[in-house]
Amino acid sequence: MSQNKMNLKLKVWRQKNAQTTGAFVTYNVEGISDEMSFLEMLDILNEKLITEGGEPVAFDHDCREGICGMCSLYINGKPHGPWQANTTCQLHMRAFKDGETIVIEPWRANSFPIVKDLTVDRSAFDRIIQAGGYISVNTGNAVDGNSLPIEKQNADDAFAAAMCIGCGACVAACKNSSAMLFLSAKVSHLALLPQGAPERKTRVLSMVAQMDKEGFGSCTNTGACEATCPKEISIANIARLNSEYLSAGLTSE
Amino acid sequence: MTFKQMFTSSVGKKLVMAFTGIFLVLFLVVHAGLNACIWAMDGGVMFNKAGHFMGSYVVPRVLEIGLFLGIFLHIIQGYMLTLENRSKRSVGYAVSYKDGSKWYSRSMAILGTILLMFFIIHWKHFWIPSRITGVEEIDLGNGFVVHNLYAVMQETFQSLWVVIFYVISCISLGYHLAHGFQSAFKTIGVHNKKYHVLISSIGYGFAIVIPLVFALMPISFYLHWVN
Repeated sequence: MSQNKMNLKLKVWRQKNAQTTGAFVTYNVEGISDEMSFLEMLDILNEKLITEGGEPVAFDHDCREGICGMCSLYINGKPHGPWQANTTCQLHMRAFKDGETIVIEPWRANSFPIVKDLTVDRSAFDRIIQAGGYISVNTGNAVDGNSLPIEKQNADDAFAAAMCIGCGACVAACKNSSAMLFLSAKVSHLALLPQGAPERKTRVLSMVAQMDKEGFGSCTNTGACEATCPKEISIANIARLNSEYLSAGLTSE
Repeated sequence: MTFKQMFTSSVGKKLVMAFTGIFLVLFLVVHAGLNACIWAMDGGVMFNKAGHFMGSYVVPRVLEIGLFLGIFLHIIQGYMLTLENRSKRSVGYAVSYKDGSKWYSRSMAILGTILLMFFIIHWKHFWIPSRITGVEEIDLGNGFVVHNLYAVMQETFQSLWVVIFYVISCISLGYHLAHGFQSAFKTIGVHNKKYHVLISSIGYGFAIVIPLVFALMPISFYLHWVN
């Protein structure tokens, strides 16, 4: 199969650390195959920078299979680039044309401080999970998987919410830097299952409180998060979270 | 969790916006319905009676206090949320993400500001003269004297600029409702698909019909469709 090679101009955000101010730096990359992934293209840029004695561009990545939630990048004005329901690592260079200029920015939110270049600190999500994204189980032998009857629709909805990989694209896309799609996926996932029932009320209240403490904005239901989510988490989860919050808040002590 | 904690969290603040928004939506129905009396083609008799009822009886007057509280809460909370949300991203993007959301969903504060300017002028035109500075009165027979608000409308809407301003404000209201109506119900937790589809459809219909009814009022007077 023949490959199409392309030359591209990259405008990449470079920033030494959280304390310094960053700026865009323009790089030219040549001979990029349309069969490469976007991150492979950045690898080539970094090889070139290292060979020339420069500092490689820092960016997050891990599995490169679209399942770990580690990759980020705001590409040409959209988190994870132009394709729908896709992570940056699964974005391929055939999405771009020869001679195109690609603008690459980090996730922008004060709750996701820049570590270096395109890498941001998303540990705020971990702390939100720690605040309530867990269930209580009995110690001892593992319970048989089928011992708890779960309605098919609830199981499907919980699974769809559990698809969230916590990449933070929702925060990056939201004009308010709100983490509500992420949080609603985590709350819905457990609220829909019997295993999540014991902490159902305290979970939503604690996780919302932690989200606010981390400095994320509030949701205005614009839908930008849902449109960019690589796992197509539905915005209906946000409405479910609101419902969980309202009933838990009104009935708590 | 105290009520204060509940309604001052990020979700709670949105709940306040949603509840006040839904209250204001109900008010719009009442306001549009009563004002539609101008089309009774009776020289404003029915309209002036309706205006008299709203201004003279205890129930509408008590509701009016609630209305003002609702409006101010909605406006103040809306501005505070907008400023707060903007502060969450100190460094913006070079290329902004517009494809994922509607322009009017992202512009609720601007649309709301146009509506606030409209309210100030609208109050100056009708509410302040009726409640404070006084308007001409008319005897509807048997000593039943009421404010002639119909004449105030007739006079106000002779100016083309006023009519244009009212129509622009109604368009802003339409877009504000196109997002706000369905968003309010999502915020209060309506997540069932069947209700979501129903509420979205009603919301878009409401966002077209109510502003259209309001916009036709100054137009009707300006073009002398009503006598």
